[in-house]
Amino acid sequence: MNNMMIIGQYVPGNSLVHRLDPRMKITIIFLFVIFVFFANNVASYSILTVFAIITTAVTRIPFRFILKGLTPVWFLIIFTFILHLIVTKEGTVLFELLGFKLYTGALIQGFAISLRFFLLILITSLLTLTTTPIEITDAIEDMLHPLKKIKFPVHELALMMSISLRFIPTLLQETDKISKAQASRGVDFRTGPIKERLKAVVPLLVPLFVSAFKRAEELAMAMEARGYQGGEGRSKLRQLKIERIDIFVLSLFILVIAGLFLTRNY
Amino acid sequence: MDITFKDVSYIYQANSPFSHKALEDLSFHIPSGTFVAVIGHTGSGKSTLIQHLNGLLTPTIGEVQIGDYFINADKKPENLKELRSRVGVVFQYPEHQLFDETVAKDIAFGPKNFGVSEQEIESRIEEIIPAVGLDKQLLERSPFDLSGGQMRRVAIAGVLAIKPEVLVLDEPTAGLDPRGQREMMDMFYRLHKERKLTTILVTHSMEDAVRYADHVIIMNKGTKYMEGTPEEVFIQRDALNKVQLDVPEVIQFINSFEERFHIKIPFKRQSVQELAIQIQQVLKGAESSE
Repeated sequence: MNNMMIIGQYVPGNSLVHRLDPRMKITIIFLFVIFVFFANNVASYSILTVFAIITTAVTRIPFRFILKGLTPVWFLIIFTFILHLIVTKEGTVLFELLGFKLYTGALIQGFAISLRFFLLILITSLLTLTTTPIEITDAIEDMLHPLKKIKFPVHELALMMSISLRFIPTLLQETDKISKAQASRGVDFRTGPIKERLKAVVPLLVPLFVSAFKRAEELAMAMEARGYQGGEGRSKLRQLKIERIDIFVLSLFILVIAGLFLTRNY
Repeated sequence: MDITFKDVSYIYQANSPFSHKALEDLSFHIPSGTFVAVIGHTGSGKSTLIQHLNGLLTPTIGEVQIGDYFINADKKPENLKELRSRVGVVFQYPEHQLFDETVAKDIAFGPKNFGVSEQEIESRIEEIIPAVGLDKQLLERSPFDLSGGQMRRVAIAGVLAIKPEVLVLDEPTAGLDPRGQREMMDMFYRLHKERKLTTILVTHSMEDAVRYADHVIIMNKGTKYMEGTPEEVFIQRDALNKVQLDVPEVIQFINSFEERFHIKIPFKRQSVQELAIQIQQVLKGAESSE
């Protein structure tokens, strides 16, 4: 089950994308997510697709692995596509079957929206695939820094994020362990009527919560024992720095966006 | 039940950048009623191995046979549940699996899932509670109010109440105090004899392996590194040191004794006390012959 999930999973590497400043990555991806919605013809979509594919290739993460990891999302993409085929009634009728008319507009629209969806998910999953959770939280803390002026607890938020990210794999492992232990005691999570299967979750959830609370308490104690007091006056081990390569990649991205705006229909 | 592994390999997350071979070409045979110790360094594949024993994992390549159940990449037995009622697994830190309101309910959880009648469950609990060294007064308490050692015993009772024919123990005494460790291992050994179980003990402790096991399997990097009776395996000090394992204390002593006094004492799995008596006799013999 969790073998298939790659969202939020970091794949170690030393590619250009891996080495990019995380703030730069977040900015670029944020902008990309916005600009995907500006694409409206073949040329502009192609530019974005080519950008996404080249970026993926640069990470050196096997494309097949990424596609396989997106399996849960495929369902959504295909669902959107089919929904558009049925609902959209634009353009000429392509063919008619049992009273259902398929329009060319529907085909184009469905394809465009699915592609948009795919690009969004591909690019955003690249962020977590190439950036360690620590880097992401560091970047977010740094980018939210101005909000400190209005007393927004930036450091605390970043800490909460990094702790939750840190414990996702631990919790997954724990779930796997406990579900195996209970399966050995005759619990069947996979078959049987829904009611029985829901009941089977209790022996899984109770131990999971117990250990999560215990772990939280231990962590809090360990942090206090080491004198942790929050963000005030705390120095950083990893300093984020914009390098020349970051500027270069940003310029490339600006070129891509310029290309998008030159080719799109108005 | 006999247990046979035939060229078993297991790969975690095959076809991904995280793919990792945990077992490689593992073959062995465990006759019914044997006490087997599986020993190896962390990451040697011990835990993966035991998950094959009740169908939690299916071998990527090869076949596992437990009694009449065959498990391989193509087919899992349809009656997995039946297999699991006959192979009881005590995982590492089993106290993490406790969840029910009372100790009694938690112990009854396993047998209930396998369709054992209420009456039978009750009599099993009666029998198991003293065997694992718990007090009957604890039965109506919440398992979360107990001490760590008591929780461990409750969890183990929960597996034993299933009355398995094969008992798999993954470092069952880790984290207990020395006396608790000894009591618990003696309890497992007694059950092993009384119920004629096939017991598979995963352990780091050479001493436990020497004391209880009939047969020893040493794992290294997912493969079988050595196999045999404790007498055969534990005298090979150099081979054991190579995979960061030590020979048991008794053998260490016999070796240094031989080096120092040039008197050879054969290793026959004697305890420290027995060895002391033996040495006494050997020394007396040496005196009288002079």
